[in-house]
Amino acid sequence: MIIIGERINGMFKDIGEALKNRDPKPLQYWAVKQQEGGAHYLDVNSGPAIPKEERPEAYEWMVNVIQEVSDLPLCLDSTNYDAIEAGLKVCKRPAMINSVPAEREKIERVFPMAVKYNASVIGLTMDKTGIPKNAENRLAFAMELVAAADEFGLPMEDLYIDPLILPCNVAQDHAPEVLEAIRMVKTLSNPAPKTVLGLSNVSQKAPDRPLINRTYMAMAIACGLDAAIIDANDDDLVATAATADILLNKSIYCDSYVKVFKTR
Amino acid sequence: MAVTLVKERWQSRVGEVVLGATPEQGGTRSHTITIGGDGTLPFLQFEGTVANRPIIALEVQDVEPEWNPLVKEYFADVFNNPAAWAKKCVEEFGADVIFLKLAGANPEGANKTPEECAQVVKDVLAAVSVPLIVVGCDDTEKDNEVMAAVAEAAAGENLLIGNAEQENYKSLVAACMVHKHSIIARSPLDINICKQLNILINDMGLALNKIVIDPMIGGLGFGIEYAYSIMERARIGSLQNDKMLAMPMICNVGYEAGRAKEANASTEDFPAWGDLNDRQILWETMTATSLLQAGGSLILMRHPEAAKLVKKNIEDLMVSNA
Repeated sequence: MIIIGERINGMFKDIGEALKNRDPKPLQYWAVKQQEGGAHYLDVNSGPAIPKEERPEAYEWMVNVIQEVSDLPLCLDSTNYDAIEAGLKVCKRPAMINSVPAEREKIERVFPMAVKYNASVIGLTMDKTGIPKNAENRLAFAMELVAAADEFGLPMEDLYIDPLILPCNVAQDHAPEVLEAIRMVKTLSNPAPKTVLGLSNVSQKAPDRPLINRTYMAMAIACGLDAAIIDANDDDLVATAATADILLNKSIYCDSYVKVFKTR
Repeated sequence: MAVTLVKERWQSRVGEVVLGATPEQGGTRSHTITIGGDGTLPFLQFEGTVANRPIIALEVQDVEPEWNPLVKEYFADVFNNPAAWAKKCVEEFGADVIFLKLAGANPEGANKTPEECAQVVKDVLAAVSVPLIVVGCDDTEKDNEVMAAVAEAAAGENLLIGNAEQENYKSLVAACMVHKHSIIARSPLDINICKQLNILINDMGLALNKIVIDPMIGGLGFGIEYAYSIMERARIGSLQNDKMLAMPMICNVGYEAGRAKEANASTEDFPAWGDLNDRQILWETMTATSLLQAGGSLILMRHPEAAKLVKKNIEDLMVSNA
């Protein structure tokens, strides 16, 4: 199970401030802290803190300051592909592009870029019309993304399909549909594409978020989830991911398996 | 019609471990030997890197061993002189490395002192220039004393020292760290204990590239398939980026094959089994070559003729099929 730490995001006040002032410290603090928590990738998102035209330069800066303190690969998170490309240019390790919807124009921009920089791609099962209500329609978008990977020469293992989970307190019916979509995505090709969720979304504005997050994550892993963008410093959540890997016989048991999961 | 081979894409590789140290590195060996490093299942050059060839170590003991007389014949002139025995293994029989077992330390046997044992190691180091593997007598308490003395006497040589086990690893790890040696982590045909022991050793501060896994094996006909599947699982684990299993593996083939009934029963008693001499050689050879296929990097052997056959097999397997 791949943990993508969500904390370096301009939506958080400390990171937003740091971006405006070009203060590397909060980014570096969270890079190290998330790595210690068990993150395997670090999500990097400027959020709305930076005006559009400054974003490429901001992503380049963020990548550089994070790489000063952490050797984790990065997950560049933006809808601005010029910003992502500016970040990719300075990434020392193969990065992840977060994300591209199943829209032809954006696919044509993102997939060749991913191949060029040896990056993985998170493909969203949606288009301009929005997020589908059921698993079948999510799968149709996933199929378009799988075909695009094939067309542009992106290795299937480098495509992460995100079937898009919605908050369970307002869109409860989506949770089982997403689980079904994960199962079906795994049958689309051989080798199958990987799957990812922006997990924290499932518990937006609910009172006991950690409980919902870790329960849903365990269920999703059993359906074939490969990666999740989460709070990497929620120890119970990370331990749940480690335990799920053991119970699915994906990694070899030893008494210190949680610790190994965090430090590998 | 052309068929495209489906190839595995592994994420990682087996770690490398260096045996021995040259004078520049603080030892006295003429060369070092690197084991491990493979990025694929054994000898599948078409799928990934096969970095270093497996190594054969011939066994030397500090007292006359209770081996089958047919094997002992080869060393009859050098018992009671481990240095000459080691020299013979290297010069006559082409051993890559010497595996020195300090059986004489056994309290039930010769009960040699730690100092005497350390002197044996020094003598062997002086007699040959290849790297050394040194283990005790399998009496836990005595071995802790003996190996501490050995580690100190050979400080800087980067010996491969054994055997660390789940219930007894701390003093050996400490000795390796202080005197710059590598360690054999031995687990009883158990992948979970194997992994846990590597973690425990690493937690004490010994680097992962100083650990060699001894999964313990069974000889041909005596549980070799268990060893095979454990080793295969460890190898696949390391290729899937399980750093706590990504160490090269050592197999004590000479000992396990040598105690099989088939390697000892006389030709007279079992005429249908064929000549004992051939049978003995083949038993050790087949045990070794099977475990090479499971990912063994360091093969401990006794019979010089078997070692010769295994060496030939390794040479053939190292020819690239890419």
